[in-house]
Amino acid sequence: MELILALAIGVLTGSGIWLLLRPRTFQVIMGLSILSYAVNLLLFAIGQLKADAVPVIAADAAKAAGDYADPVPQALVLTAIVIGFAMTALFLVVLMASRGLTGTDHVDGRKDTDL
Amino acid sequence: MLLCWIVLLPFVGSLLAALLRANARNLEAWLAGSVAFACLLLTLLLHPQVAAQGVLRFEIPWAPAWGLVLILRMDGFAWLFSLLVSGIGLLVVLYARYYMSPKDPVPRFFSFLLAFMGGMLGLVLSGNLIQLALFWELTSLTSFMLIGYWYHRADARRGARMAFTVTAAGGLCLLVGLILLGQVVGSYDLDAVLAAREAIQAHRWYLAILILVALGALTKSAQFPFHFWLPRAMAAPTPVSAFLHSATMVKAGVFILARLWPVLSGTEAWSWIIGSAGLLTLLIGAFLAIFQHDLKGLLAYSTISHLGLITLLLGMGSPLAAVAAIFHLLNHATFKASLFMAAGIIDHESGTRDLRRLSGLRRQMPITATLAIVAAASMAGVPLLNGFLSKEMFFAEAVSAGDSRNWYLSAAATVAGAFSVCYSLRFVYEVFFGPSATDLPSTPHEPPHWMRFPVEFLVLICLVVGVLPALTIGPFLDLGVRAVLGAQTPEYSLSVWHGFSLPLGMSVLALLGGVLLYLVLRKHFRVTTREAAPLLYRFDGQRYFDQILLSLTRFAGWVESHFSSEGLQRQLLLIILAVLLLGALAIGRDPLPLDWRPAQWDSAFALLWLVGGVCAIAAAYQAKFHRLAALAFMGGAGIVTCLTFAWFSAPDLAMTQLVVEVVTTVLILLGLRWLPPRLEPAKTGARETIAARARRLRDFLIASAAGLAMALLAWLLLSRERGEHLAAYFVERALPEGGGSNIVNVILVDFRGFDTFGEIVVLGAVALTVYALLRRFRPAPESIPLPQQQEGSKLRPGEEAIHGGMMIPAVFVRALLPVLVLIGLYLFLRGHNAPGGGFVAGLVLSVAIILQYMVAGSLWVEAHLPIRPHNWIALGLWCAVLTGAGAFVFGHPFLTSHSAHPVLPLIGEVPLPSAFFFDLGIFLLVVGATVLILVGLAHQSIRSHRMPKAEEAPPARQASR
Repeated sequence: MELILALAIGVLTGSGIWLLLRPRTFQVIMGLSILSYAVNLLLFAIGQLKADAVPVIAADAAKAAGDYADPVPQALVLTAIVIGFAMTALFLVVLMASRGLTGTDHVDGRKDTDL
Repeated sequence: MLLCWIVLLPFVGSLLAALLRANARNLEAWLAGSVAFACLLLTLLLHPQVAAQGVLRFEIPWAPAWGLVLILRMDGFAWLFSLLVSGIGLLVVLYARYYMSPKDPVPRFFSFLLAFMGGMLGLVLSGNLIQLALFWELTSLTSFMLIGYWYHRADARRGARMAFTVTAAGGLCLLVGLILLGQVVGSYDLDAVLAAREAIQAHRWYLAILILVALGALTKSAQFPFHFWLPRAMAAPTPVSAFLHSATMVKAGVFILARLWPVLSGTEAWSWIIGSAGLLTLLIGAFLAIFQHDLKGLLAYSTISHLGLITLLLGMGSPLAAVAAIFHLLNHATFKASLFMAAGIIDHESGTRDLRRLSGLRRQMPITATLAIVAAASMAGVPLLNGFLSKEMFFAEAVSAGDSRNWYLSAAATVAGAFSVCYSLRFVYEVFFGPSATDLPSTPHEPPHWMRFPVEFLVLICLVVGVLPALTIGPFLDLGVRAVLGAQTPEYSLSVWHGFSLPLGMSVLALLGGVLLYLVLRKHFRVTTREAAPLLYRFDGQRYFDQILLSLTRFAGWVESHFSSEGLQRQLLLIILAVLLLGALAIGRDPLPLDWRPAQWDSAFALLWLVGGVCAIAAAYQAKFHRLAALAFMGGAGIVTCLTFAWFSAPDLAMTQLVVEVVTTVLILLGLRWLPPRLEPAKTGARETIAARARRLRDFLIASAAGLAMALLAWLLLSRERGEHLAAYFVERALPEGGGSNIVNVILVDFRGFDTFGEIVVLGAVALTVYALLRRFRPAPESIPLPQQQEGSKLRPGEEAIHGGMMIPAVFVRALLPVLVLIGLYLFLRGHNAPGGGFVAGLVLSVAIILQYMVAGSLWVEAHLPIRPHNWIALGLWCAVLTGAGAFVFGHPFLTSHSAHPVLPLIGEVPLPSAFFFDLGIFLLVVGATVLILVGLAHQSIRSHRMPKAEEAPPARQASR
């Protein structure tokens, strides 16, 4: 479990960073999105991972605090997901504006033809 | 409490003044005058208390654990200063009423003047070092605004910038010095600092503290070698000069020296640094003043020189010299303020301040002439005026100070006295005597009575103090002196006549020498016409200042071109490499912990992430040439992430991730249309260069390294046992204190409600920014024509849904709207107790709306379903703010939650925490923001078809109709 999730975070990070370093705006926006998956999962992993924990307070008082899923990273990640969406939206519009102004989709607005 | 008002009133007045109309000259003057008068009155009211108790304190705790307490502290010295600031402030306001032209925008003037007054009062009443530095910078900032008031003039702009650069740089030094001082003492409380003389002087930081504080004080008080900004600041309106450059701003420097005199003075370093700066300034300022042709320039250099005198007195370190310094500080404020105002009157009535053109004005303005002559005589140190008294004290101190240097100091004092007589004489003689000038820009006459009144009042003080010092200024001076010197207060006598003594002889010598010097200079050195001062003209502070600024700019340019890059890729590369390096260093320092838990394995989960990993890599691989495919792959990775959340007992996260995934995909799909087409090199026949290949290899290696590092980090995190302190806290309190059983939701809307509030504000701001950016959006020319897919169809997107190929989907999607709305509401209502909540509900509702747009086109939807996303955003924010502020009604802090259990008909008892309304705010805002972003993007396609026909049709406005 832990190994798989760690590898998953690694693969997502690698893909995201590769895309971040690319020269085209679309690649960068994809990279940021994929990287934010990795970061959200890492944040989430800071809490104790439990496959069958109770997320919501149960009616019977028999449950101990340890039976519950860790709510703190969940709250953090929920915030991060929504902010990540806002960032993607803003970045997309900046991308469109830059394309309209410079006539190219290069991150620096350069009109080169390099691949 | 009264103390608080003294500082607060000017700022309130400043705000009010800024809001008045541009031509409300009288109202502004009344407002500013009443504020200054109120401050003066409050200061006077506090006199009995200060005299009885010594120190008044008023504290407002802010972060007391760190020693950050707002302390207003008034002792005799601060009292004297606030009297000076508010008193002269009042006179200056009266004067400014007549000085400012009806064409000047007075709200700005009075607003900044009051803000400056507040800053100055705050500075003198500060009982905390950090607070003092803050007010110090505030005076620098407001004086910048005041000096540059006539910003259409280049000299005003340049003078203001120079004054600000010098004084603010000094202020930063002062801040560092004060922080060091606070660290040495262990407290930033002024009373604690003043009691810690031995500890400070014995500390190894003493010299550093002294130099830094001195830098702050000397720059502010325009002391050599930082004196050059003051003459340039004369581009300010004269009331500003009269206020800032005689009585307040420049006095702040000597104020801090006097304030810290008890703890910093008395060492050799103090005497050398402060004393020599003061002595040099005294002589150089006085010498340069003789050769000025501008009335205000002469007064500016004389101010520099007199400040040098005060600095020198403080630098001497003897208690009697400190008494003389405080006394001269008061005297200088009175005669210099009146002289500045007189100069302003002369300028105002005759149209020029040039000494070479002015002449014989005593015939046209006899009263002003008399007043100015008396004030100038006080400046020169003529007996029976207040300037004489403090100058005598200075001479006496110069005679008795030091040991072998004794002789030089006395000589220098006499020479400086003679210089000051000389420039005072020049001022009086060339303006008021001689033949009447004939070529003045306007015919001079006496000013309105109330414009002259401040000068009359101040000159009266000069006279009264000069004749009867012990009866008038005596008690007040004593109060101030005792506050600074405490037990060290020496015996001093304020009488006019001390008998025949050496100081008296020096005074007479200086008076005669000054007159003689003037005659000689006039006859042999063309003092009335020559352009630059002899000897010292080479030292031009402005030139050095400009050179320093130029080399700083060059240095900054060099740093920028060598250590920074405009290219985003290079910046990102450097950031990633730096992070990797830091991580490696951290691992190198602390070897990896090896007490790993045995790992569990789950094949289904492994399979899930096999798919997820392939999706992520495929998205990275395809993002360049196949954007749609890359988007789909990214969605795949997102879904896997979402399933992972569900797998590890986080239903809220899973739901939110799922809906965000949908919305993001729609968002990017809407943006794809505006990107240029990109063809694979295999199809175009182009070949990759070696450089491009090398770059890709490099990036691949970096990305792999980063991925490995993150995997390692995650593995370390996951494979270790951790405590559950934080989790247990929230789990136990969610139901009893938050009134909800969905712990995550309770954390978001209750325990950490303020964070969430900030988050929705960000979301709203992003949506509005997107909207604003899209209003100005101009698509690239080649993406304007209809996309390939739509070319064959004759129907518009909306019509397609009514009687075209989209008819069947349209029926389904429209039927889906109420269902989705219901699901959204359901998720919202259950959110506090079961998975759901405002975020996910809002996103579901916006998906429902955007689906309608997708299937029927923007025009049709907006004709049938008016959505005003701006209003949703505003409503949501108001809902959240009002819920939070509702806690104030019950006397609790912002966003404290309450639970009510009203019984509704049919439904029964309903648990209704206040967090419910906060969540409602989140819900409304998320709907508004998401819809605004998506609809704004969607509208671009309608608009681009219209663009060739009609330029003016902002479709984004339709969205907000």
